[in-house]
Amino acid sequence: MSEAVSALSGQTHEGFVTVSEAGLVGMISIRSDLEAKGLAKALKAEGLPVPGARRIETVDGRSIAWMSPDELLLICAHDEAPALTARLAEALAADHALVVNVSDARAMFTIRGDKADQVVMKLSPADIATLPEGEIRRSRTAQVAAAFWRSGESEISLISFRSVAGYVMGLLEVSAREGSDLF
Amino acid sequence: MSTRLSKGGRLIDRAKPLAFTFNGKPMRGFAGDTLASALLGGGQVMVGRSFKYHRPRGIVASGAEEPNALVGLGRNARFEPDQRTTTTELFEGAETTSQNHWPSLDFDIGEINNTFYKFLPAGFYYKTFMAPRAAWKHLFEPIIRKSAGLGGVPKEADPDRYEQVYAHCDVLVVGGGVAGLAAALKEGRAGKRVWLIEQTPNWGGRTPVDGGQIDGHDAQNWIDSALVELSSMENVTMRTRLMAAGLHDHGYVIGYENLADTTPGDGRPRHRLWRIRAGHTITATGAIERPLAFAGNDVPGVMLASAVRDYIVNWAVSPGDRTVLVTNNDDAYRTALAILDAGLTVSAVVDAREETHGALAEAVKARGVRVLEGRGIAKVLGRKGVSGVEICAQAGEGGAVEMIDCDCVAMSGGWSPVVHLWSHCGGKLTWDDARAMFRPDPNRPPTGADGTGMATVVGAANGDLTLSEAMGGLGIGAASEEEAPLAPVWMMPAGAPDALRFKSFLDYQNDVKVSDVQLAAREGYESVEHTKRYTTLGMATDQGKLSNINGLAILSDALGQPIPATGTTTFRPPYTPISLGAVTAEAKGELFQPLRRTPIQSWHEAKGAHWEPVGHWRRPYCYPKSGESHRDAVNREITNTRKNVGMLDASTLGKIVVKGPDAGKFLDMLYTNMMSTLPVGKCRYGLMCNENGFLMDDGVVARLDEDTWLCHTTSGGADHIHGWMEDWLQCEWWDWKVYTTNLTEQYAQIAVVGPKSRELLERLGGMDVSKETLPFMKWTEGKLGTFDARIFRISFSGELSYEIAVPASQGLALWKALMAEGEALGVMPYGTEALHVMRAEKGFIMIGDETDGTVIPQDLGLNWALSKKKTDYLGKRAQERSHMTDPNRWKLVGLETLDGSVIPDGSHAPADGFNDNGQRNTQGRVTSTYYSPTIGKGIAMGLVLNGPDRMGEVIEFTGEGEEMVKARIVDPVFYDKDGEKQNV
Repeated sequence: MSEAVSALSGQTHEGFVTVSEAGLVGMISIRSDLEAKGLAKALKAEGLPVPGARRIETVDGRSIAWMSPDELLLICAHDEAPALTARLAEALAADHALVVNVSDARAMFTIRGDKADQVVMKLSPADIATLPEGEIRRSRTAQVAAAFWRSGESEISLISFRSVAGYVMGLLEVSAREGSDLF
Repeated sequence: MSTRLSKGGRLIDRAKPLAFTFNGKPMRGFAGDTLASALLGGGQVMVGRSFKYHRPRGIVASGAEEPNALVGLGRNARFEPDQRTTTTELFEGAETTSQNHWPSLDFDIGEINNTFYKFLPAGFYYKTFMAPRAAWKHLFEPIIRKSAGLGGVPKEADPDRYEQVYAHCDVLVVGGGVAGLAAALKEGRAGKRVWLIEQTPNWGGRTPVDGGQIDGHDAQNWIDSALVELSSMENVTMRTRLMAAGLHDHGYVIGYENLADTTPGDGRPRHRLWRIRAGHTITATGAIERPLAFAGNDVPGVMLASAVRDYIVNWAVSPGDRTVLVTNNDDAYRTALAILDAGLTVSAVVDAREETHGALAEAVKARGVRVLEGRGIAKVLGRKGVSGVEICAQAGEGGAVEMIDCDCVAMSGGWSPVVHLWSHCGGKLTWDDARAMFRPDPNRPPTGADGTGMATVVGAANGDLTLSEAMGGLGIGAASEEEAPLAPVWMMPAGAPDALRFKSFLDYQNDVKVSDVQLAAREGYESVEHTKRYTTLGMATDQGKLSNINGLAILSDALGQPIPATGTTTFRPPYTPISLGAVTAEAKGELFQPLRRTPIQSWHEAKGAHWEPVGHWRRPYCYPKSGESHRDAVNREITNTRKNVGMLDASTLGKIVVKGPDAGKFLDMLYTNMMSTLPVGKCRYGLMCNENGFLMDDGVVARLDEDTWLCHTTSGGADHIHGWMEDWLQCEWWDWKVYTTNLTEQYAQIAVVGPKSRELLERLGGMDVSKETLPFMKWTEGKLGTFDARIFRISFSGELSYEIAVPASQGLALWKALMAEGEALGVMPYGTEALHVMRAEKGFIMIGDETDGTVIPQDLGLNWALSKKKTDYLGKRAQERSHMTDPNRWKLVGLETLDGSVIPDGSHAPADGFNDNGQRNTQGRVTSTYYSPTIGKGIAMGLVLNGPDRMGEVIEFTGEGEEMVKARIVDPVFYDKDGEKQNV
């Protein structure tokens, strides 16, 4: 729908790296037994694997992330999410599973630049330096929950809850300010 | 007098002069200076007054242990007191002011305390101000508070910013002296992820000053090549100006980095707090020289011997023209050599030992310096500066055998390893009798999660005081002069009488003398921890870095026990003070706390909403129009909602989806009433209690499909209830097939309330919201206009009412569309206060008002919501306990004031008599109280003893002042008792 807006409408700040809100992103929460055959089948029909522990796999612009031993997060285009949610729910109807569209419950940010890691170092106790490609870390940024992963060359993507998007943007902006790079 | 030497100074850059001021006086120094070296270089020997006696004080040390030379730095918002000049780097334009004196540093009224020192002994406050009691508060305390204390307090908010950073490593090496460098090299070469941190701006520690050979090279050359190799290692991170403040459990080290103190206002973070997770910590923190306790050892110009040579070698500053060196060890002779090398005079060396034949002593003697063996200093002459010393026999009682003119005294009582980090987390110490020092006990390290040592100590910090010992411990050959053993000297002379002991300072910063510690012992203080607090020894900002060992040695002597039997006081972080700004980091101003915003928040802001904090949310309390009071706005919003239509942003409401074959069973356990029987498409109000039976949360549950329910919770309770659900599912009922997801933020939820609400929804079109299709307590979903909506026909106001949930991304657009369509219907937004008043008019309870964690549903007349069919629900058994079924529990009633006024919030209804504590008995209290514009007077709800049985009775509540407020006990439903309005 044309009037749909993300939490911060793509706000961007330039510092020693660039921090931006990523705009509208589709996200689907899947709670299920991750070993279940039905889940693998339902995801396979969408061209997606069941990610291993802590992994995030990206296929054709969609990503699927391991969030906990019984929870996955599917990241897709925002306008694709309702139909995809419905298809997955239908495919898993016979299983004990919960598939819900959480696109609007979250905000997504990108941190771009050679020193992107340093912004995360200032906000999260996770050991970002050892975070490999293809792994997602559920942690926090200062006082709120966050998850992040390496989404490209010199780029980190970060998800928070939507209501605190302004707070997270403030954290990212102040942490990325020119002159405060660590190394 | 101190002065800058024309040559030398390995740390200063004479090509970069810097101007600064001290008490307004223009002074000059060089890049590389500390404030202390620049002050001394400019001839400023006296830099402050002492805490208690206001004695003139000068610079004692050259590093973190400095007790005296603290100054106020900067001005206005950037003023900061108690800045240690020995560790503060000089910068252009620095404004420094001395502390603790009035009216001036040179002439201080408070110095009168010094004359009356006999009346200010240890425990002075305890003794003097026991009685009369009022005298302390009104007389003594104000005077003492004015005369005591260090620097002033800045009066403006700190304009600078600070930050924190998390770091991780296999090995953290603390200290960039030669031992730290060697340890880092070893770990780095082994491929470990190494961090090497140094608190000063310079690598190498003391060794460049003290000299020696390492691995066959001149020490400085070895340092230089070590730095080159370390810098080339990708796995090694090196940082200067980063102090390890504390070592905590699980290898957690707090580091404190100084970034922009020398460039105030440049926009960079001023300080940075590092939160380092180290697999293992190696402390190479060196050692601190001890002062000697002789009379007048605090006169400006009396300095640590190591500091004297540091100032000469590092900064080309001569602390005096003629120096007397007083020592009990060989190391201090290095100072004599440094003085001589700089072309200055050593008037004499006073060595407390009977004989001195070490290589260093012989070298000094060979240069023609008089060495007085078996001697001590009886007293220092001079007040604002040293003019000479009286020499006595160390073994005697202070009878002067000679007077020597001098303007500087360099003293050394031996060295104490810096064991702070080792000790912070439980590392134990052992007493080394030969060297008269506590050193880390390698067999009792601080232990990590696996029970093994999480720290090791190298170099002087380990008690390996000489270069060859320090490097030998790391497997590297090194050579330095042989040193003869020291003689422990805790008091000089050994038989010093009272008059001398009264002027022999142990703790410079807190003005604790030898006599104070001895007095404490005589008065029965045996524990070192008690003596510390009684005398304030080691309790100042330097935390006793110079005084600790000397003080406990004096205490041990007074108690007639060996020093290890006395033990040390506890070493606590931080090693040196850290700024509160660094602890706060980014959490100030807008980022002090996360502020949760609904998708419609910007609209509320634009309309000038007055806010009410609800958890981390800010919700509109009301929307005052220009010139309108908040109360008037609330009344207008209520009246308009009841007459026309109002809109509330209910997005903060908790929304938790619960799904699974066992979801119905699960919800039946969580709610007090039946949720499993709720038909698909319908809504039901429910209560949640905790295991103790107390009412915890409430809300409307909607059944979405056969095995899916949507639970609405209170705004503040959403996260807690979601956690509560997961707790039961994960820990207790782990075999139940239920999944939950918190969808609170997925939806914007808008309550459209009032007789014209249906008409407003119909104007948007697309969904049938008629009474027939969507009756009270049903829900439906579809396209409302262009919006993906789920509409609940529920009411918290008693009016015809719809709550519309749309994806959050559409929330603002829907709100605007409803406002636009509703204009012709007189739509107005309403805030939380109108919400509260309207629900109170209907007698609906509010979690947090009618409940406070001690209230059960039965107290509130909610028995209808407690299932009698269910065998169990959370809280059921608790509610059957005797106190819960006590008929005398206060019960909910409505209250109507006789005069129409509003009972003050929190009022109690007094009853006859007094309780055991002499307090007035009570028979009830108000839980909600408002002015009702609908009823036209004050209404309230309250919990009253036997309330429901006392309908019509008038009881009194406490008012604003002495006046009591009379109120009649009535039914809590004030408005539309039959519910006709909401059911149209």
